[in-house]
Amino acid sequence: MTIHQGSFYENNGKYKGIMAWITSTDHKRIGLLYLYSIATAFTLAAILGLLMKLELIAPGKTIMDAKAYNGIFTLHGITMIFLVVIPGMPAVFGNFMLPLMIGARDVAFPRLNLFSWWLYVLGALVAISSQFMGGGPPDTGWTFYAPYSFRTGTNMLPAVMGAFILGFSSILTGLNFIVTIHRMRAPGMDWFKMPLFPWALYGTAWIQLLATPIVGITLLMVVGERLLHIGFFDPALGGDPVLYQHLFWIYSHPAVYIMILPAMGVISEILPTFARKPIFGYKAIIVSTMLIAIVGYFVWGHHMYTAGMSRTALFAFSILSFLVAIPSAIKIFNWISTLYKGSIHLEPPFYWAASFLFVFMIGGLTGLILGSLATDMHVHDTAFVVAHFHYIIFGGVGFAFFGAIHYWFPKIFGRMYDKGWATIGWIIFFVGFVTLYTPMFYLGMMGMPRRYFDYLPQFHSWNIVSSFGAMILIAGLVIIITNLVRSARMGPIAEANPWLGSTLEWTIPSPPPLENFEEIPTVTRKPYDYSEIS
Amino acid sequence: MSQPAVHTEHFDATASKIGMWLFIFTELLLFGGLFIVYSVIRFSHQAAFHLAAEELDLVMGATNTGLLLLSSMTIAMSVSAIQFGHKRFTLFLICFTILIGLVFLVNKYFEWSLKIEHGLYPGSATLHGLGNGDTLFFGLYFFMTGLHALHIIAGVSILGWVLVRVARDQVHATHFVHLENGALYWHLVDVIWIFLFPLFYLIS
Amino acid sequence: MSHPENNHIVPYRTYVVILLTLLSLTALSILVTSFELGPIAVSAALLFATIKTTLVFTYFMHLKYDQRIYAIMVSVVLLVFIIVIVITFLDYSFR
Repeated sequence: MTIHQGSFYENNGKYKGIMAWITSTDHKRIGLLYLYSIATAFTLAAILGLLMKLELIAPGKTIMDAKAYNGIFTLHGITMIFLVVIPGMPAVFGNFMLPLMIGARDVAFPRLNLFSWWLYVLGALVAISSQFMGGGPPDTGWTFYAPYSFRTGTNMLPAVMGAFILGFSSILTGLNFIVTIHRMRAPGMDWFKMPLFPWALYGTAWIQLLATPIVGITLLMVVGERLLHIGFFDPALGGDPVLYQHLFWIYSHPAVYIMILPAMGVISEILPTFARKPIFGYKAIIVSTMLIAIVGYFVWGHHMYTAGMSRTALFAFSILSFLVAIPSAIKIFNWISTLYKGSIHLEPPFYWAASFLFVFMIGGLTGLILGSLATDMHVHDTAFVVAHFHYIIFGGVGFAFFGAIHYWFPKIFGRMYDKGWATIGWIIFFVGFVTLYTPMFYLGMMGMPRRYFDYLPQFHSWNIVSSFGAMILIAGLVIIITNLVRSARMGPIAEANPWLGSTLEWTIPSPPPLENFEEIPTVTRKPYDYSEIS
Repeated sequence: MSQPAVHTEHFDATASKIGMWLFIFTELLLFGGLFIVYSVIRFSHQAAFHLAAEELDLVMGATNTGLLLLSSMTIAMSVSAIQFGHKRFTLFLICFTILIGLVFLVNKYFEWSLKIEHGLYPGSATLHGLGNGDTLFFGLYFFMTGLHALHIIAGVSILGWVLVRVARDQVHATHFVHLENGALYWHLVDVIWIFLFPLFYLIS
Repeated sequence: MSHPENNHIVPYRTYVVILLTLLSLTALSILVTSFELGPIAVSAALLFATIKTTLVFTYFMHLKYDQRIYAIMVSVVLLVFIIVIVITFLDYSFR
């Protein structure tokens, strides 16, 4: 690990070694703790994904039977959703960068911040323990649909309780960030001088705060069903399984905005820097961010078009889902306009941000096909859905995450990575990504269902292509991660502002000192003002 | 200045208070989810709910309601008391609030025992025999009042902690946000009951 | 200074008056729902609960005396929640 004199990596508390990290209330260390935990979870879940693609490379049983496949796609979903993508950007980059970007020394409640990480670890352990107990790994999918989730003999309780604990971690992080942004901005930084990543975190934090309790109580009700037979979702006792779906998606749809809003925030940081141009439509992006956060609460039923809702509900959700696409589209226009007549500097963060625009658009447009009632009827629960959400989550959030790590790497680690290898890794990853997921759109339209370990022979050839894409993607990942890990230890020393960024984090040393700023700055300039930077 | 000193920020009471309000929002939504479940299930089991509610003791429910409202007043008054510098009165008001909370729990215990004695509890054969409407009503009753009781216990614990700090003068006339926050949490617990009471006791 | 915005100390009497109001409303709600109101029974009961809750929020929880940001946040949260319930009933009412 890099140790620069006077940086936050120096231990000055009473602990040394690992204890100095896991007891630290420094937002920078907590951000890194999250980075390592989330990277571990991602690696596990990626391997599970690879195993699934290996199974699907041919019809019939290839390397596992149906029961094993069910357990694997369930764990893949639980890990990716609850342990990687939902915490992902806020926990890693929010924690590390938010105070720096608003000119603060830490978040509002540093001890609560550490507690959030501990809850994350606890929730992860409880959830993973579900793999090893008597009943066998959960096989319901990460969505835990009733009534199967309380009829199955598999280990639902640890999975559900793990998710509940993780929910609390998310809620407390959101709470912390809201108060931080309200109370700890540097003098002169009013709301409309704040950069767009903090704005994105603000919108995200409100969703974390308000949506997560709903899934919390729903999970508790699943426990109530399993242990006490309370019957709310049990048709045999007069309950309604669709009610479970309502409650589950009332959280889980806003959850996807928890995932994407910070990702969009990062893109709004990277593009101006590498175009040497202020973001186009700063206020429009803010308004769009808040609109996505709010309208995103009202569209959840588009996950349930075939579940048996009333026609009124079907129409309402379809219209609302179209509405929520508008602010996202506005952002795309703004990002592209930012690049127009900019002075483009081609660097790895820019490659990730530019390719984000491509994959996010495909993910978003295919989302419209799914949000539209008439077309969704044909592709619901097919591979089309799987392709859509991987494009938008792995593509959108994933590409933004890689963009963020390549952007802020020098600030965090004080060293630079090898740009050649970073570029090669990106190319291979991108090729693998498109090869892996694009065929699934076609397969879904042709009728291949999701969550099945087997399929009809006519789907075979495109499945081969897709599974090869997975292997290419993994190869790209290995290159990217190896480059980053190696460079963190022995890359060339980086300067404070290698990309000539205009936001506050670039004004302090790399890596930052313990208390971030020697003196809290007074902000006078608007964000992304390049007039003073050559 | 080349050597940064250790910076001790002034304690930000507003940040603390906003934080408590945000936490209260999460609790409101937690119970809000149950409220959605109640509404939907009641909508499809109107008559059964009407009948099942008659099993509940209105006097007990009303008494508990009155008690919690009283305790909300006393804890609200304690926030004024501490600002006036009336330390003994503050301590008395907090103790009184805690006491009411404990009485509430005792009442709940008796109510629940009575139901359980009559076989009216989730998963019982008696309940099953009474039909779906009753099963769901009592499932909701025990789940919601049970979760509420857990929050009373949490509230009593928080107020107990605040009580100690007031006694030690760590919470006082110019630094009392922790008492305010404890009071806010207690009011939340009261508000939840204000809704639970009519939903279960007043619809017969 | 702990509370730059909150120099106003609420007199004890205000709280006593609010409590008496709340108790009266409770008694009233019991009286009203003891009549056979049929389908509007639930709405009537909830209306009383809403009025009582508003009093608790406004006076006991200080929203009346604090900076407006708190009241705005409370209103937004409740609004979002109400819309979610309404949309949920778009399903159940029309099945």
